[in-house]
Parts: sequence; C-alpha cells; structure tokens
Amino acid sequence: MKKTSALAVTALVALAAAACGSGGDESDAGADGGTTTITVFAAASLTSTFEELATDFEAENDGVEIQFNFAGSSDLVAQLQEGAPADVLATADEANMDKATADDLVGTPTLFASNTLEIAVPPGNPAGITSVDDLTADGLNLVLCAPEVPCGAAAEAVAEAADLDLSPVSEEQSVTDVLAKVGTGEADAGLVYVTDVIAAGDDVEGVEVPDDVNAVNLYPVATVAESEEADLAQAFVDLILAPTGQDALADAGFAPAP
Amino acid sequence: MGVPRWLFVPALLGAAFVLLPLVAIVARTPWSRFLELITSESSREALALSLRTSATSTLICVLLGVPMAVVLARTSFRGQGILRSLVLLPLVLPPVVGGIALLYTFGRRGLLGETFEVLGLQVAFSTTAVVLAQTFVAMPFLVVSLEGALRSAGRRYEAVAASLGARPTTVFRRVTLPLVLPGLASGAVLAFARSLGEFGATITFAGSLQGITRTLPLEIYLRRETDAEAAVALSLVLVVVAVVVIGFARQSRSAV
Repeated sequence: MKKTSALAVTALVALAAAACGSGGDESDAGADGGTTTITVFAAASLTSTFEELATDFEAENDGVEIQFNFAGSSDLVAQLQEGAPADVLATADEANMDKATADDLVGTPTLFASNTLEIAVPPGNPAGITSVDDLTADGLNLVLCAPEVPCGAAAEAVAEAADLDLSPVSEEQSVTDVLAKVGTGEADAGLVYVTDVIAAGDDVEGVEVPDDVNAVNLYPVATVAESEEADLAQAFVDLILAPTGQDALADAGFAPAP
Repeated sequence: MGVPRWLFVPALLGAAFVLLPLVAIVARTPWSRFLELITSESSREALALSLRTSATSTLICVLLGVPMAVVLARTSFRGQGILRSLVLLPLVLPPVVGGIALLYTFGRRGLLGETFEVLGLQVAFSTTAVVLAQTFVAMPFLVVSLEGALRSAGRRYEAVAASLGARPTTVFRRVTLPLVLPGLASGAVLAFARSLGEFGATITFAGSLQGITRTLPLEIYLRRETDAEAAVALSLVLVVVAVVVIGFARQSRSAV
C-alpha cells in the first residue's frame, strides 16, 4: 500500500507538472526546430527594462524566447538554492548575489547598473516634504522597506549618513508595497529607488535625496552554473552590458555601475 | 461496510498531498536553534500580536456574525440569496483583494476614512487595521457554520417555546442559542484559525511594523529574506497552534 501511494503521489505530481507545463521543457522544443527558451531570474525593479531588452534579444536570435521570473532578490536566490531551473540571475544588491556565488550556483558576477534612493510622496505632496530632514516630522506617516530587504538596508544607510532618527509607521516587504502605500495616500512619504519613482509615473512624485547622504545599490548579473544554454545566457548578459542595454537602463533611471 | 475499495487510493493520495508538506516542514526545522529562534523578541511579539488580534477579531465575528446567521437562517426576504452570497464573498476572494477593498473603505482617502480622520481616528498602520482585515476574512466562516447549525437544529423547539408564551428574545436566548452552541463554538474556532493565518489583507491594508501590525505570518514572510531557518521554525509554531485549534474544534463538534 505504501509503495502504491508513493507511486501515486509521483504520478499526481507528474500530472500537475504536465498540466501546467509551459516552462522548463526547452530542450525537446529546441530539437524539433521550435523555440529555445532561456529563463532569466531578475530583481523586480528590472522588470520593464529587461522586458524591453528581451524583445531586442528575441528579434536578434531567431527561435529564442526569454522567460522571466521577476521577484525580490532574496526570493530569487532562495529559489535557485532549492533547485529552480534558470540561466541568468540579476539581483538588486551584492549581498544576495554573494549568497548565490558562495553556493557555486552562478559564474562570476559583473556589475551592470546602480540605483539610488529617492523620497516618494503622493501626488501634490500633501505633507510638504522638501528634504530628508522633513522625514522626521511629528505625525508624518513614513513608510520604509524593512531592514531585512535591500531597499530597507539602503534606507537605514541614508538615515545614518544624514544622522536622522527615522520612525516609520510601517516597514514593508518590498519597494512595491511602499509605493502602493504612498500612491494611495495612506503614507505621506516613503523611501524607494529613483527608478521606482520614474516607473510609477503619475502615481507618486519624487523628492531628491542629496548625493552625500544617499545609498548606492549595485546590481550584479551572472550566468547560472547549471544552465543548459550557457552561450545564450552569456549573450543576454553581454546585451545588458552593451550600449543597448546600458541605454535602456539609463532610460529607466539607473546610473551606470562604477 | 459499503465503501468501495478503490476509493482508498485517491483518498490516501489526498491525505499524502496534505500531510507531506507538513512532514517537510518538520524535517527542515533547525532543532538546534529552535528555541532560540522562536523566543527571540520579534518572534514573541509577533506571536503575541497574532493571538491578541485574532481573539479580538473572533469576538467581533461572534458579535456581528451570530445575528447575521440568525437573520439568514430564520427569516426570508427578497434578495436574501444574493445577500448571503455577498456576505460569504471573503471566503473565496483572494485576501489581497480584501486588503485593497478595506484600504479604499477605511484608508485615509477611503469611503469612511475622512469621517474617521475628522474624529481623530487613524486606522491605517494601526493594530485596529489588522483586526479589521482579520474580521473581514474570518466572518464568513462563523456565519456559514452557524447558519448550517441553525438550519439543521430546526425550529421545532423554538415554536414550542413561543407557543408557551416566550418572547422572541427569550426564545433566542434560552432555546436557539443553547441548541446551536456547539456549532457556534466550532464556527468561532474556525474564525480564530482563519484570523491567525491572515496574511494578504493585512500586508496590503495594515502594513508591517514589529509589535503593531507585524503578525506571525508577516514575520515569517519577512524572516525568509535573511534567515530561512527562522522562517521554518516560526512556521512550525504556527502549524502547532493550528493543530491545537483544530483539536478544539473537533472536541466542540463531538460534544453535539
């Protein structure tokens, strides 16, 4: 009976995998002249830029399709550690990439962009925030990322550099959550990346954080060690580092890597 | 007795599907650091907050849900079917949708938010917001199980009591409520359990701050960022609490 149920579990999992099997079957698809898929794990802040680059990449490489998994950097690394199949990894900070390198999950990373923080306020800036010093005002609903996530660590660095004692009403899980709280007017201000303010369009306004107190996040990219399409993975990394990629990143508000 | 033998295969499969992930959590639990991880200040505060808010929201569910179940089970009016479906909506709604809906109701710029602001109340980013989110998702559990209990209890005893001259309030208090007490208890336990596990509506609507709005599920989600082992240890705590709660529910049901 035990054997039967183990077998049945396997069968069920296989069934479920077959039913939702859009990804992960690149090898057999490529063999019959179909498409080859490479999977790119990238930090959520890279979404629009990378999707744009993927269109270019797919146009240049016939029969190649790029599949994305956009999530928080630590989620991406955790998924890789648990054996998720991927070909390229791009994170929003070096700490998470270091975890992947330490486990020999990826090749040597290359820095390809940097991002700084900006104060996001609701349209019209109801609380009248003009500088980082205003973030300590009494009764201000300030929302930050939790120190455990990269944007929160960066916010802590800004607070330290500017010698501010910030007391947020909420420490959110991700930049998206901070933006949502600011965009709906629940929060009066939040610290997010420059690129997020640009991507949010009219939903929020940005107030600059001066360079001398700002935190700089460096974005590394690497090919995944177990990639079955190592050449294509490297080609996509090259595209990110080439002028095309760098221009697209600059348009989104990223600064070049040092 | 007449259970077809072949039923056992899919039944076992189903059981394995539910139980294996729990086994996996136990297998991954870092036992050497377990105590230290679950007794850290942030863990204790998260658990205490979860228990406190879940108890409060269960109380609100009882206060508002019991009358709702009685009205749904004992009266009939036009549009009752539609009303029932709508009231049960949070049961099937993704919690994050519930969170967004609550935000646009009780948020600063929401339907009632300005009224609250005038009264000097701020719901956003407060423990109240957590309780609201939990009550929203947990209420249908109480209403469903109590309405079921009321319908299966029937109206016979109530009719007898009324014919003997008892007023409606007396009938409700002395006959109806005692009859469905086990149903009410298991409904309340379910509501408590659902509140305890609430995540999506809370993170969308209430935010996340230690001791104020960061309940245990939010703490687990945040811990994963830096310390996967701590997340597993806290998950196990939540599993144990859930098992205890289900044990209570079983007991109250078998008391019928």
